[in-house]
Amino acid sequence: MRNSNEIIDDIANREYEFGFTTDIEMEMAPVGLNEDTIRFISAKKEEPEWMLEWRLKGFQAFKKMQFPKWQHFEMPELDLQKLSYYAAPKKKKQLGSLDEVDPELLATFEKLGIPINEQKALAGVAVDVVFDSVSVATTFKAKLQELGIIFCSFGEAVRNHPDLVKKYLGTVVPHSDNIFAALNAAVFSDGSFVYIPKGVRCPMELSTYFRINAENTGQFERTLIIADDNSYVSYLEGCTAPRRDENQLHAAVVELVAMDHAEIKYSTVQNWYPGDKDGNGGIYNFVTKRGICKGKSSKISWTQVETGSAITWKYPSVILQGDDAEGEFYSVAVTRNKQIADTGTKIYHLGRNTRSRIISKGISAGLSDNTYRGLVQVGPRAANARNFTQCDSLLIGDRCGAHTFPYIESRNSTATVEHEATTSKIGEDQIFYLNQRGIETEKAVALIVNGYAQEVLNQLPMEFAVEARKLLSITLEGSVG
Amino acid sequence: MLTIKNLHAEVDGKKILKGINLEIRKGEMHAIMGPNGSGKSSLSSVLAGRENYTVTEGEVIFEGKNLLDLSPEDRAREGLFLAFQYPVEIPGVSNLHFLKTALNEIRTYHNLPPLESKEFLKLTKEKQQLVDFNANLMNRSLNEGFSGGEKKRNEVFQLAMLDPKLAILDETDSGLDIDALRIVAAGVNKLRNADKAFMVITHYQRLLEYIVPDFVHVLYNGQIVKTGTKELALELEEKGYDWLKEEVHQKESV
Repeated sequence: MRNSNEIIDDIANREYEFGFTTDIEMEMAPVGLNEDTIRFISAKKEEPEWMLEWRLKGFQAFKKMQFPKWQHFEMPELDLQKLSYYAAPKKKKQLGSLDEVDPELLATFEKLGIPINEQKALAGVAVDVVFDSVSVATTFKAKLQELGIIFCSFGEAVRNHPDLVKKYLGTVVPHSDNIFAALNAAVFSDGSFVYIPKGVRCPMELSTYFRINAENTGQFERTLIIADDNSYVSYLEGCTAPRRDENQLHAAVVELVAMDHAEIKYSTVQNWYPGDKDGNGGIYNFVTKRGICKGKSSKISWTQVETGSAITWKYPSVILQGDDAEGEFYSVAVTRNKQIADTGTKIYHLGRNTRSRIISKGISAGLSDNTYRGLVQVGPRAANARNFTQCDSLLIGDRCGAHTFPYIESRNSTATVEHEATTSKIGEDQIFYLNQRGIETEKAVALIVNGYAQEVLNQLPMEFAVEARKLLSITLEGSVG
Repeated sequence: MLTIKNLHAEVDGKKILKGINLEIRKGEMHAIMGPNGSGKSSLSSVLAGRENYTVTEGEVIFEGKNLLDLSPEDRAREGLFLAFQYPVEIPGVSNLHFLKTALNEIRTYHNLPPLESKEFLKLTKEKQQLVDFNANLMNRSLNEGFSGGEKKRNEVFQLAMLDPKLAILDETDSGLDIDALRIVAAGVNKLRNADKAFMVITHYQRLLEYIVPDFVHVLYNGQIVKTGTKELALELEEKGYDWLKEEVHQKESV
């Protein structure tokens, strides 16, 4: 049986055969990063003056910054002057039917249980009119509009809702936050914008699937989600199908703002191309994600399932500013071959009676390195703040690494901060036990891993959870025995 | 059903089975006894196909098939069940989900469709009552936080659910108090029938008061040195294993 790496490799390579990168009209910005590049991008996107100024502020901050040195991996050499920072949205060549799609890719879709129309969309097959995802999206949009919900590309929001963008942009992740956030501020391509008005409960999971306009947002995506008083929204990012991108560096920024009694649930499944078995050619996923619980009794919950990328480096964070606010972070990070993950969260307890819960499950196989890094900070005003952290590591084989770096800083004596950590190995005994009940090794590993990640997977919206379970299983195919 | 011929096996280069011969027919209950380190548990591991055991000589025919050619999962699917001496814990995987997966894997192997949830639950309830297994334990994670007795009872429950042709019970009595022992034995007795065979590995005669064997074999130094009926177990209980060891050594020196 071929392992999933080979399959992913294959799929990745064959995407080029389909001509995803040929026959496209591309307008590239000149290679290199300077003020002219930024002016070029802003002009291409027909942005207002204030947007350009904000980008330039980001660029000024970026110029003064260095790459960090504290991460638990060797920083790859990145020459940011050699990248091209603008390419006009590319059109994928459309295929006539699924019969023209690589059978191996279809087999992977099948394993993941992706519905046929989504398969078509993902593989670049023209979708028939009745079940067209565009028409689905249109129906959805009408429904959302009725409720006053704004869900559009970032570019559209800049044009159509400038006051909202101006009010919130950079308020959670400032343009000078860190070098990658500053870079993103200067050159961000596009992304999503969501505004949920007061008292509205968004009736559906908002998913990037339905955001046709903002496809191919490229390597510097920017997302801003605002949930006004007493509102609720669940947002899904990513996709379980393996994806490849010729842009090696991905430096996205996500900002979430929750007002009084509002709740934002943000779920990610990330399966970017991890590189070959020696780690060559994979994506660097360096993302800044942060949410602020601005209002009292507001809640932000991050759930992530990370299986892809050569290096995953991110700490989705929550600032608990309002009293009684609640923050959650649920994470499963899988690394295999030479993949690296240095991920975790930061929770800042500022308001009184704020609560947070961190559940992190790392799974390492092969020669990979998996690090949990987390900060729980309790400010002087945060009376009765409570945190519970559990971070578990599961090792498959004996050549991988798992590391835990928990930081706790408390400046209020009434706070309670708990930290639990475990490390375990998938034992031959466990696998043999399942074998002896008629379950083959690959299924046994899938069963054990899914059991281990159960608590996090339970947080995902239903249909996403089913796909994520299958993704975990096929990601680890061939890792044992 | 099972024919073991001149079976030799080693682990880490150490010889542990040195020519086992044994014939088990449908409906029979065989007890394997013997002092510590005689190779009792190794025999069950070799039959079930545990990886670090290497068969160096001999053959094992199970239902007409060469057992040693089959993977551990295929041995299980062919109807060989091992009740473990130390059942493992698998956190986050519910007992029922595990059993459903196992049952359907076995059914698929025999070209049967997977059981519908309704049928599966009906079967579960029936077997749970049959072997007197605590229903609360069925939705818990597999063996996680179970007491020693609960784990052993779960093995018997699984045995009832998967309905194998040959069940090997590896020291199922170890670590059980007398009440738990009675319940486990009662469960096993209810599962006895004309089509099923059992191999019960035990150190003590105590279990055999409740599960009455048709044959008792004594394993010593990797070989079956004596075979008898249930009276042999009583004799061993009374006299210990030393007289048998001496008998073996006398034979060897002749």
